[in-house]
Amino acid sequence: MLTVSTQLSMGWKQYLRLLTLALAVLCVTGIAGFAQDLPALTGRVVDNAGLLDAATETRLTARLQAFEQRASDQIVVATIPSLDGGAIEPFANRLFRSWELGHTGEDNGVLLLVVPDDRKMRIEVGYGLEGTLTDLHSKLIIENTMVPAFRRGAFAEGIEKAVDDIIMVLEGNGAELEARAKRVAEEQSEPVWPLVLFIAVWATLFFGGMGLALLAPIFGRKIGPGRYQWLGMEIDTNPKPQRRRGAGSRGGFAGGGGWSSGGGFSGGGGSSGGGGASGSW
Amino acid sequence: MIQAMSMRASVMRAILMLMLAMPLLSACGFNTIPTREEQAKAAWSEVLNQYQRRADLIPNLVETVKGYAAHEREVLEGVVEARAKATQIQVDASLLENPEAFKTFMESQSQLSGALSRLLAIAENYPDLKASQNFLALQAQLEGTENRIAVARRDYIEAVRLYNTSLKTLPSMLWAKFWFTDAEPLPTFTIAEENQSAPTVDFGSGG
Repeated sequence: MLTVSTQLSMGWKQYLRLLTLALAVLCVTGIAGFAQDLPALTGRVVDNAGLLDAATETRLTARLQAFEQRASDQIVVATIPSLDGGAIEPFANRLFRSWELGHTGEDNGVLLLVVPDDRKMRIEVGYGLEGTLTDLHSKLIIENTMVPAFRRGAFAEGIEKAVDDIIMVLEGNGAELEARAKRVAEEQSEPVWPLVLFIAVWATLFFGGMGLALLAPIFGRKIGPGRYQWLGMEIDTNPKPQRRRGAGSRGGFAGGGGWSSGGGFSGGGGSSGGGGASGSW
Repeated sequence: MIQAMSMRASVMRAILMLMLAMPLLSACGFNTIPTREEQAKAAWSEVLNQYQRRADLIPNLVETVKGYAAHEREVLEGVVEARAKATQIQVDASLLENPEAFKTFMESQSQLSGALSRLLAIAENYPDLKASQNFLALQAQLEGTENRIAVARRDYIEAVRLYNTSLKTLPSMLWAKFWFTDAEPLPTFTIAEENQSAPTVDFGSGG
Protein backbone atom coordinates (compact mmCIF):
# COMPACT_ATOMS: atom_id res chain seq x y z
CA MET A 1 0.00 0.00 0.00
CA LEU A 2 2.74 2.32 1.03
CA THR A 3 4.83 1.50 -2.00
CA VAL A 4 1.88 2.08 -4.26
CA SER A 5 1.25 5.50 -2.83
CA THR A 6 4.90 6.51 -3.12
CA GLN A 7 4.95 5.24 -6.65
CA LEU A 8 1.86 7.19 -7.35
CA SER A 9 3.33 10.38 -5.92
CA MET A 10 6.50 9.81 -7.91
CA GLY A 11 4.41 9.45 -10.99
CA TRP A 12 2.61 12.64 -10.15
CA LYS A 13 5.82 14.54 -9.68
CA GLN A 14 7.23 13.30 -12.92
CA TYR A 15 4.02 14.10 -14.67
CA LEU A 16 4.06 17.60 -13.24
CA ARG A 17 7.66 18.12 -14.21
CA LEU A 18 6.92 16.96 -17.72
CA LEU A 19 3.93 19.25 -17.93
CA THR A 20 5.96 22.26 -16.80
CA LEU A 21 8.65 21.44 -19.30
CA ALA A 22 6.12 21.07 -22.07
CA LEU A 23 4.52 24.36 -21.11
CA ALA A 24 7.87 26.12 -21.07
CA VAL A 25 8.75 24.73 -24.48
CA LEU A 26 5.34 25.74 -25.78
CA CYS A 27 5.75 29.27 -24.44
CA VAL A 28 9.18 29.71 -25.97
CA THR A 29 8.20 28.34 -29.36
CA GLY A 30 4.98 30.33 -29.25
CA ILE A 31 6.86 33.55 -28.71
CA ALA A 32 9.42 32.67 -31.35
CA GLY A 33 6.64 31.86 -33.79
CA PHE A 34 4.97 35.19 -33.19
CA ALA A 35 8.19 37.14 -33.62
CA GLN A 36 9.06 35.28 -36.79
CA ASP A 37 5.77 36.37 -38.21
CA LEU A 38 6.88 39.94 -38.84
CA PRO A 39 9.80 40.86 -41.09
CA ALA A 40 12.77 42.61 -39.51
CA LEU A 41 13.36 46.31 -40.01
CA THR A 42 16.63 46.06 -41.87
CA GLY A 43 16.59 49.55 -43.34
CA ARG A 44 14.36 52.21 -44.81
CA VAL A 45 13.58 49.86 -47.68
CA VAL A 46 12.72 46.30 -46.67
CA ASP A 47 12.30 44.50 -49.97
CA ASN A 48 11.45 40.98 -48.90
CA ALA A 49 9.41 40.31 -52.03
CA GLY A 50 12.28 41.35 -54.29
CA LEU A 51 10.39 43.95 -56.31
CA LEU A 52 13.16 46.53 -56.43
CA ASP A 53 16.50 46.46 -58.19
CA ALA A 54 19.60 47.42 -56.25
CA ALA A 55 19.91 50.85 -57.86
CA THR A 56 16.33 51.83 -57.01
CA GLU A 57 16.72 50.54 -53.49
CA THR A 58 19.86 52.63 -52.93
CA ARG A 59 18.22 55.69 -54.46
CA LEU A 60 15.09 55.29 -52.34
CA THR A 61 17.07 54.77 -49.16
CA ALA A 62 19.11 57.89 -49.79
CA ARG A 63 16.02 59.92 -50.59
CA LEU A 64 14.16 58.74 -47.48
CA GLN A 65 17.18 59.36 -45.30
CA ALA A 66 17.62 62.87 -46.64
CA PHE A 67 13.93 63.54 -46.09
CA GLU A 68 14.05 62.37 -42.51
CA GLN A 69 17.07 64.53 -41.79
CA ARG A 70 15.29 67.54 -43.16
CA ALA A 71 11.75 66.95 -42.00
CA SER A 72 12.07 64.31 -39.23
CA ASP A 73 9.29 62.21 -40.77
CA GLN A 74 10.16 58.54 -41.10
CA ILE A 75 8.98 56.85 -44.27
CA VAL A 76 9.63 53.14 -44.73
CA VAL A 77 8.96 51.05 -47.83
CA ALA A 78 8.26 47.37 -47.22
CA THR A 79 7.38 44.56 -49.57
CA ILE A 80 6.46 41.07 -48.45
CA PRO A 81 5.60 38.20 -50.78
CA SER A 82 2.31 37.13 -49.24
CA LEU A 83 -0.10 37.77 -46.37
CA ASP A 84 -0.93 34.07 -45.99
CA GLY A 85 -4.62 34.72 -46.34
CA GLY A 86 -4.84 37.60 -43.85
CA ALA A 87 -6.06 41.12 -44.52
CA ILE A 88 -3.53 43.82 -45.28
CA GLU A 89 -4.87 46.44 -42.86
CA PRO A 90 -4.28 44.62 -39.56
CA PHE A 91 -0.93 43.36 -40.79
CA ALA A 92 0.23 46.84 -41.81
CA ASN A 93 -0.84 48.22 -38.45
CA ARG A 94 0.93 45.46 -36.55
CA LEU A 95 4.06 45.96 -38.61
CA PHE A 96 3.95 49.74 -38.14
CA ARG A 97 3.60 49.38 -34.40
CA SER A 98 6.28 46.77 -34.05
CA TRP A 99 8.70 48.88 -36.09
CA GLU A 100 7.66 52.01 -34.17
CA LEU A 101 7.94 54.29 -37.17
CA GLY A 102 8.02 58.01 -36.46
CA HIS A 103 9.31 59.79 -33.39
CA THR A 104 7.90 59.37 -29.93
CA GLY A 105 5.18 61.91 -29.26
CA GLU A 106 5.06 63.02 -32.89
CA ASP A 107 4.09 59.65 -34.38
CA ASN A 108 5.24 60.96 -37.74
CA GLY A 109 5.84 57.74 -39.61
CA VAL A 110 4.55 56.40 -42.90
CA LEU A 111 4.64 52.78 -44.01
CA LEU A 112 4.24 51.90 -47.67
CA LEU A 113 3.49 48.19 -47.84
CA VAL A 114 3.23 46.17 -51.06
CA VAL A 115 2.16 42.53 -51.18
CA PRO A 116 2.58 41.23 -54.76
CA ASP A 117 1.04 37.76 -54.32
CA ASP A 118 -2.17 39.20 -52.93
CA ARG A 119 -1.97 42.15 -55.35
CA LYS A 120 -2.54 44.55 -52.47
CA MET A 121 -0.85 47.67 -51.20
CA ARG A 122 -1.35 49.98 -48.26
CA ILE A 123 -0.13 53.34 -47.06
CA GLU A 124 -0.29 53.25 -43.26
CA VAL A 125 -0.02 56.69 -41.69
CA GLY A 126 1.06 57.44 -38.11
CA TYR A 127 -1.22 59.36 -35.74
CA GLY A 128 0.78 62.56 -36.14
CA LEU A 129 0.55 62.71 -39.94
CA GLU A 130 -3.13 61.84 -40.29
CA GLY A 131 -3.99 65.50 -40.68
CA THR A 132 -1.43 66.12 -43.42
CA LEU A 133 -1.33 62.87 -45.36
CA THR A 134 -5.05 62.22 -45.15
CA ASP A 135 -6.83 59.02 -46.05
CA LEU A 136 -7.90 60.66 -49.30
CA HIS A 137 -4.32 61.61 -50.20
CA SER A 138 -3.22 58.06 -49.55
CA LYS A 139 -6.09 56.69 -51.60
CA LEU A 140 -5.30 59.01 -54.51
CA ILE A 141 -1.62 58.10 -54.45
CA ILE A 142 -2.56 54.44 -54.54
CA GLU A 143 -5.21 54.74 -57.25
CA ASN A 144 -3.53 57.27 -59.51
CA THR A 145 0.16 56.49 -59.12
CA MET A 146 0.67 52.96 -57.92
CA VAL A 147 -2.18 50.99 -59.52
CA PRO A 148 -1.46 52.03 -63.15
CA ALA A 149 2.26 51.34 -62.79
CA PHE A 150 1.71 48.04 -61.01
CA ARG A 151 -0.72 46.90 -63.69
CA ARG A 152 2.08 47.38 -66.19
CA GLY A 153 4.35 45.39 -63.90
CA ALA A 154 6.55 48.42 -63.21
CA PHE A 155 6.83 47.90 -59.45
CA ALA A 156 10.02 49.86 -58.91
CA GLU A 157 8.63 52.84 -60.82
CA GLY A 158 5.29 52.74 -59.00
CA ILE A 159 6.90 52.54 -55.58
CA GLU A 160 9.39 55.31 -56.33
CA LYS A 161 6.71 57.62 -57.66
CA ALA A 162 4.47 56.87 -54.69
CA VAL A 163 7.30 57.81 -52.32
CA ASP A 164 7.78 61.04 -54.28
CA ASP A 165 4.06 61.75 -53.94
CA ILE A 166 4.07 61.05 -50.22
CA ILE A 167 7.01 63.39 -49.72
CA MET A 168 5.29 66.01 -51.88
CA VAL A 169 2.13 65.84 -49.78
CA LEU A 170 4.09 66.04 -46.54
CA GLU A 171 6.04 69.01 -47.86
CA GLY A 172 2.84 70.60 -49.09
CA ASN A 173 1.99 71.58 -45.55
CA GLY A 174 5.28 73.41 -45.13
CA ALA A 175 4.63 75.30 -41.91
CA GLU A 176 3.47 72.21 -40.06
CA LEU A 177 6.41 70.23 -41.42
CA GLU A 178 8.91 72.76 -40.16
CA ALA A 179 7.27 72.98 -36.77
CA ARG A 180 7.35 69.21 -36.48
CA ALA A 181 11.01 68.98 -37.48
CA LYS A 182 11.84 71.67 -34.92
CA ARG A 183 9.97 69.90 -32.15
CA VAL A 184 11.74 66.62 -32.87
CA ALA A 185 15.13 68.34 -33.00
CA GLU A 186 14.44 70.09 -29.71
CA GLU A 187 13.33 66.91 -28.08
CA GLN A 188 16.45 65.11 -29.18
CA SER A 189 18.78 67.85 -27.99
CA GLU A 190 16.81 68.55 -24.82
CA PRO A 191 19.00 68.41 -21.71
CA VAL A 192 18.40 65.20 -19.85
CA TRP A 193 17.79 66.88 -16.50
CA PRO A 194 15.44 64.19 -15.19
CA LEU A 195 18.31 61.77 -15.62
CA VAL A 196 20.68 64.17 -13.92
CA LEU A 197 18.29 64.53 -11.00
CA PHE A 198 17.89 60.77 -10.78
CA ILE A 199 21.62 60.24 -10.66
CA ALA A 200 22.04 63.04 -8.13
CA VAL A 201 19.49 61.49 -5.76
CA TRP A 202 21.05 58.06 -5.97
CA ALA A 203 24.55 59.45 -5.70
CA THR A 204 23.49 61.24 -2.52
CA LEU A 205 22.10 58.01 -1.13
CA PHE A 206 25.19 56.02 -2.00
CA PHE A 207 27.93 58.49 -1.26
CA GLY A 208 26.13 60.61 1.34
CA GLY A 209 27.44 58.50 4.19
CA MET A 210 30.94 58.82 2.90
CA GLY A 211 30.53 62.55 2.50
CA LEU A 212 29.29 62.86 6.07
CA ALA A 213 32.24 60.93 7.39
CA LEU A 214 34.59 63.25 5.53
CA LEU A 215 32.82 66.54 6.23
CA ALA A 216 31.84 65.98 9.83
CA PRO A 217 35.43 66.17 11.13
CA ILE A 218 35.86 69.46 9.28
CA PHE A 219 32.64 71.27 10.11
CA GLY A 220 31.37 69.33 13.10
CA ARG A 221 31.96 69.64 16.82
CA LYS A 222 34.15 66.97 18.31
CA ILE A 223 32.40 65.09 21.11
CA GLY A 224 34.65 62.09 21.48
CA PRO A 225 37.45 60.15 19.82
CA GLY A 226 36.34 59.85 16.22
CA ARG A 227 32.86 61.12 17.04
CA TYR A 228 31.50 64.41 15.86
CA GLN A 229 28.26 66.31 16.08
CA TRP A 230 27.21 68.08 12.91
CA LEU A 231 23.84 69.30 11.67
CA GLY A 232 22.18 67.80 14.72
CA MET A 233 23.53 64.35 14.00
CA GLU A 234 26.12 62.33 15.80
CA ILE A 235 28.56 60.87 13.37
CA ASP A 236 30.93 58.10 14.28
CA THR A 237 33.88 57.83 11.97
CA ASN A 238 35.55 54.98 13.86
CA PRO A 239 36.00 51.90 11.73
CA LYS A 240 33.70 49.18 12.99
CA PRO A 241 34.99 45.67 13.37
CA GLN A 242 33.19 43.92 10.57
CA ARG A 243 32.83 40.35 9.61
CA ARG A 244 34.53 39.81 6.32
CA ARG A 245 32.14 39.13 3.60
CA GLY A 246 32.70 36.08 1.46
CA ALA A 247 34.51 36.79 -1.73
CA GLY A 248 31.52 36.40 -3.96
CA SER A 249 31.71 36.78 -7.65
CA ARG A 250 31.27 40.37 -8.63
CA GLY A 251 27.91 40.63 -10.31
CA GLY A 252 28.34 41.64 -13.87
CA PHE A 253 25.89 44.11 -15.35
CA ALA A 254 25.60 43.08 -18.92
CA GLY A 255 23.25 44.27 -21.59
CA GLY A 256 21.53 47.62 -21.50
CA GLY A 257 21.13 48.15 -25.20
CA GLY A 258 22.39 51.43 -26.49
CA TRP A 259 21.75 53.34 -29.64
CA SER A 260 23.18 51.68 -32.64
CA SER A 261 25.08 54.55 -34.10
CA GLY A 262 26.20 54.73 -37.67
CA GLY A 263 24.47 52.98 -40.52
CA GLY A 264 21.77 51.25 -38.52
CA PHE A 265 18.18 52.36 -38.80
CA SER A 266 15.44 51.89 -36.28
CA GLY A 267 12.03 53.30 -35.60
CA GLY A 268 11.74 56.30 -33.30
CA GLY A 269 8.90 55.05 -31.10
CA GLY A 270 5.91 56.22 -33.10
CA SER A 271 2.56 54.51 -33.44
CA SER A 272 -0.37 54.37 -35.79
CA GLY A 273 -4.09 54.11 -35.24
CA GLY A 274 -4.96 52.75 -38.66
CA GLY A 275 -4.86 55.92 -40.74
CA GLY A 276 -4.14 55.77 -44.45
CA ALA A 277 -5.64 53.79 -47.28
CA SER A 278 -5.34 50.45 -49.02
CA GLY A 279 -5.83 49.38 -52.57
CA SER A 280 -5.35 46.51 -54.94
CA TRP A 281 -4.37 46.08 -58.56
CA MET B 1 6.10 74.77 21.41
CA ILE B 2 7.57 71.38 22.08
CA GLN B 3 4.29 69.77 21.16
CA ALA B 4 4.29 71.63 17.85
CA MET B 5 7.84 70.48 17.23
CA SER B 6 6.94 66.85 17.87
CA MET B 7 3.83 67.25 15.73
CA ARG B 8 5.94 68.50 12.90
CA ALA B 9 8.41 65.69 13.45
CA SER B 10 5.67 63.09 13.30
CA VAL B 11 4.27 64.64 10.14
CA MET B 12 7.74 64.60 8.64
CA ARG B 13 8.12 60.98 9.63
CA ALA B 14 4.80 60.10 8.05
CA ILE B 15 5.81 61.81 4.82
CA LEU B 16 9.14 60.02 4.88
CA MET B 17 7.42 56.69 5.45
CA LEU B 18 5.05 57.41 2.59
CA MET B 19 7.92 58.32 0.30
CA LEU B 20 9.62 55.08 1.19
CA ALA B 21 6.44 53.05 0.95
CA MET B 22 5.23 54.41 -2.36
CA PRO B 23 7.78 52.73 -4.61
CA LEU B 24 7.30 49.54 -2.62
CA LEU B 25 3.54 49.71 -3.06
CA SER B 26 3.79 50.30 -6.77
CA ALA B 27 6.29 47.47 -7.02
CA CYS B 28 3.71 45.19 -5.41
CA GLY B 29 1.19 46.01 -8.12
CA PHE B 30 -0.86 48.53 -6.18
CA ASN B 31 -0.92 50.83 -9.20
CA THR B 32 -1.63 48.12 -11.73
CA ILE B 33 -5.39 48.05 -11.40
CA PRO B 34 -6.12 51.79 -11.59
CA THR B 35 -3.55 52.26 -14.36
CA ARG B 36 -4.97 49.51 -16.51
CA GLU B 37 -8.52 50.56 -15.82
CA GLU B 38 -7.76 54.05 -17.03
CA GLN B 39 -5.99 52.67 -20.09
CA ALA B 40 -8.99 50.53 -20.93
CA LYS B 41 -11.30 53.50 -20.51
CA ALA B 42 -9.10 55.64 -22.74
CA ALA B 43 -9.15 52.89 -25.36
CA TRP B 44 -12.93 52.84 -25.06
CA SER B 45 -13.11 56.58 -25.65
CA GLU B 46 -11.12 56.09 -28.82
CA VAL B 47 -13.62 53.47 -29.99
CA LEU B 48 -16.50 55.89 -29.34
CA ASN B 49 -14.57 58.68 -31.03
CA GLN B 50 -14.14 56.65 -34.21
CA TYR B 51 -17.78 55.52 -34.23
CA GLN B 52 -18.75 59.18 -33.90
CA ARG B 53 -16.50 60.08 -36.81
CA ARG B 54 -18.20 57.47 -38.93
CA ALA B 55 -21.64 58.76 -37.96
CA ASP B 56 -20.54 62.27 -38.95
CA LEU B 57 -19.49 61.12 -42.41
CA ILE B 58 -22.74 59.38 -43.23
CA PRO B 59 -25.10 62.32 -44.04
CA ASN B 60 -22.68 63.55 -46.72
CA LEU B 61 -22.28 60.10 -48.15
CA VAL B 62 -26.02 59.56 -48.32
CA GLU B 63 -26.51 62.90 -50.06
CA THR B 64 -23.82 62.11 -52.62
CA VAL B 65 -25.22 58.68 -53.41
CA LYS B 66 -28.72 60.17 -53.68
CA GLY B 67 -27.50 62.44 -56.44
CA TYR B 68 -26.61 59.49 -58.64
CA ALA B 69 -28.80 56.67 -57.40
CA ALA B 70 -31.91 58.25 -55.93
CA HIS B 71 -34.05 55.22 -56.67
CA GLU B 72 -32.06 52.99 -54.33
CA ARG B 73 -34.43 54.28 -51.70
CA GLU B 74 -34.47 51.16 -49.59
CA VAL B 75 -30.72 50.98 -49.06
CA LEU B 76 -30.40 54.72 -48.46
CA GLU B 77 -33.19 54.71 -45.91
CA GLY B 78 -31.64 51.69 -44.25
CA VAL B 79 -28.44 53.62 -43.67
CA VAL B 80 -30.23 56.72 -42.39
CA GLU B 81 -32.33 54.64 -40.03
CA ALA B 82 -29.39 52.63 -38.73
CA ARG B 83 -27.45 55.83 -38.14
CA ALA B 84 -30.35 57.39 -36.28
CA LYS B 85 -30.65 54.32 -34.09
CA ALA B 86 -26.92 54.20 -33.36
CA THR B 87 -26.65 57.89 -32.51
CA GLN B 88 -29.74 57.79 -30.28
CA ILE B 89 -27.91 55.81 -27.62
CA GLN B 90 -26.41 57.98 -24.94
CA VAL B 91 -22.69 57.26 -25.03
CA ASP B 92 -20.40 57.91 -22.12
CA ALA B 93 -18.14 55.95 -19.80
CA SER B 94 -21.13 54.52 -17.91
CA LEU B 95 -21.86 52.37 -20.94
CA LEU B 96 -19.05 50.13 -19.76
CA GLU B 97 -20.73 49.49 -16.42
CA ASN B 98 -24.01 48.49 -18.01
CA PRO B 99 -23.68 45.26 -20.02
CA GLU B 100 -27.20 45.62 -21.45
CA ALA B 101 -26.58 49.09 -22.84
CA PHE B 102 -23.14 48.04 -24.04
CA LYS B 103 -24.67 45.19 -25.99
CA THR B 104 -27.37 47.38 -27.50
CA PHE B 105 -24.80 49.94 -28.53
CA MET B 106 -22.56 47.38 -30.19
CA GLU B 107 -25.53 45.83 -31.97
CA SER B 108 -26.69 49.17 -33.33
CA GLN B 109 -23.17 49.94 -34.56
CA SER B 110 -22.85 46.58 -36.26
CA GLN B 111 -26.24 47.14 -37.95
CA LEU B 112 -24.94 50.46 -39.21
CA SER B 113 -21.84 48.71 -40.54
CA GLY B 114 -24.06 46.29 -42.41
CA ALA B 115 -26.22 49.04 -43.89
CA LEU B 116 -23.14 50.99 -44.95
CA SER B 117 -21.51 48.06 -46.68
CA ARG B 118 -24.76 47.46 -48.59
CA LEU B 119 -24.67 51.08 -49.68
CA LEU B 120 -21.07 50.82 -50.85
CA ALA B 121 -21.91 47.57 -52.64
CA ILE B 122 -24.68 49.16 -54.72
CA ALA B 123 -22.36 52.03 -55.57
CA GLU B 124 -20.44 49.53 -57.68
CA ASN B 125 -23.40 49.53 -60.08
CA TYR B 126 -23.13 53.26 -60.81
CA PRO B 127 -20.00 54.16 -62.79
CA ASP B 128 -20.83 57.87 -62.64
CA LEU B 129 -21.10 57.73 -58.87
CA LYS B 130 -17.86 55.77 -58.55
CA ALA B 131 -16.05 58.26 -60.76
CA SER B 132 -17.24 61.31 -58.84
CA GLN B 133 -14.52 63.00 -56.80
CA ASN B 134 -16.89 63.62 -53.96
CA PHE B 135 -17.77 59.97 -53.64
CA LEU B 136 -14.14 58.89 -53.88
CA ALA B 137 -13.24 61.28 -51.08
CA LEU B 138 -16.06 60.08 -48.86
CA GLN B 139 -15.31 56.47 -49.62
CA ALA B 140 -11.64 56.92 -48.72
CA GLN B 141 -12.57 58.60 -45.46
CA LEU B 142 -15.14 55.97 -44.66
CA GLU B 143 -12.72 53.14 -45.34
CA GLY B 144 -10.12 54.88 -43.20
CA THR B 145 -12.62 55.30 -40.40
CA GLU B 146 -13.73 51.68 -40.60
CA ASN B 147 -10.10 50.66 -40.31
CA ARG B 148 -9.55 53.02 -37.37
CA ILE B 149 -12.61 51.51 -35.71
CA ALA B 150 -11.08 48.07 -36.17
CA VAL B 151 -7.78 49.24 -34.68
CA ALA B 152 -9.49 51.03 -31.80
CA ARG B 153 -11.57 47.95 -31.05
CA ARG B 154 -8.48 45.76 -31.09
CA ASP B 155 -6.70 48.16 -28.75
CA TYR B 156 -9.71 48.18 -26.43
CA ILE B 157 -9.89 44.39 -26.40
CA GLU B 158 -6.20 44.24 -25.52
CA ALA B 159 -6.51 46.89 -22.79
CA VAL B 160 -9.50 45.09 -21.27
CA ARG B 161 -7.68 41.79 -21.45
CA LEU B 162 -4.79 43.26 -19.46
CA TYR B 163 -7.13 44.88 -16.94
CA ASN B 164 -9.34 41.83 -16.46
CA THR B 165 -6.26 39.64 -16.13
CA SER B 166 -4.84 41.88 -13.44
CA LEU B 167 -8.09 41.43 -11.49
CA LYS B 168 -7.61 37.69 -11.52
CA THR B 169 -3.87 37.22 -11.12
CA LEU B 170 -1.39 37.78 -8.33
CA PRO B 171 -0.25 40.10 -6.95
CA SER B 172 -2.73 42.70 -8.19
CA MET B 173 -5.64 40.36 -7.37
CA LEU B 174 -4.95 40.94 -3.68
CA TRP B 175 -5.31 44.67 -4.11
CA ALA B 176 -8.56 44.11 -5.97
CA LYS B 177 -9.82 41.97 -3.08
CA PHE B 178 -8.81 44.24 -0.24
CA TRP B 179 -8.61 47.74 -1.61
CA PHE B 180 -10.29 48.24 -5.00
CA THR B 181 -13.30 46.22 -3.99
CA ASP B 182 -15.51 48.00 -6.52
CA ALA B 183 -13.28 47.08 -9.48
CA GLU B 184 -15.31 45.01 -11.91
CA PRO B 185 -14.17 43.25 -15.08
CA LEU B 186 -14.96 45.34 -18.17
CA PRO B 187 -17.06 44.01 -21.02
CA THR B 188 -15.42 43.21 -24.32
CA PHE B 189 -16.42 42.33 -27.87
CA THR B 190 -16.68 38.90 -29.29
CA ILE B 191 -15.27 37.96 -32.66
CA ALA B 192 -18.68 36.81 -33.83
CA GLU B 193 -19.99 40.33 -33.50
CA GLU B 194 -17.33 41.63 -35.83
CA ASN B 195 -18.17 39.01 -38.41
CA GLN B 196 -21.84 39.91 -38.29
CA SER B 197 -21.10 43.16 -40.05
CA ALA B 198 -19.72 41.40 -43.13
CA PRO B 199 -21.83 42.23 -46.18
CA THR B 200 -23.89 39.58 -47.92
CA VAL B 201 -23.48 39.90 -51.64
CA ASP B 202 -26.18 38.35 -53.75
CA PHE B 203 -25.04 37.52 -57.27
CA GLY B 204 -28.20 35.64 -58.24
CA SER B 205 -30.96 38.22 -58.45
CA GLY B 206 -29.47 41.27 -60.08
CA GLY B 207 -31.43 44.44 -59.26
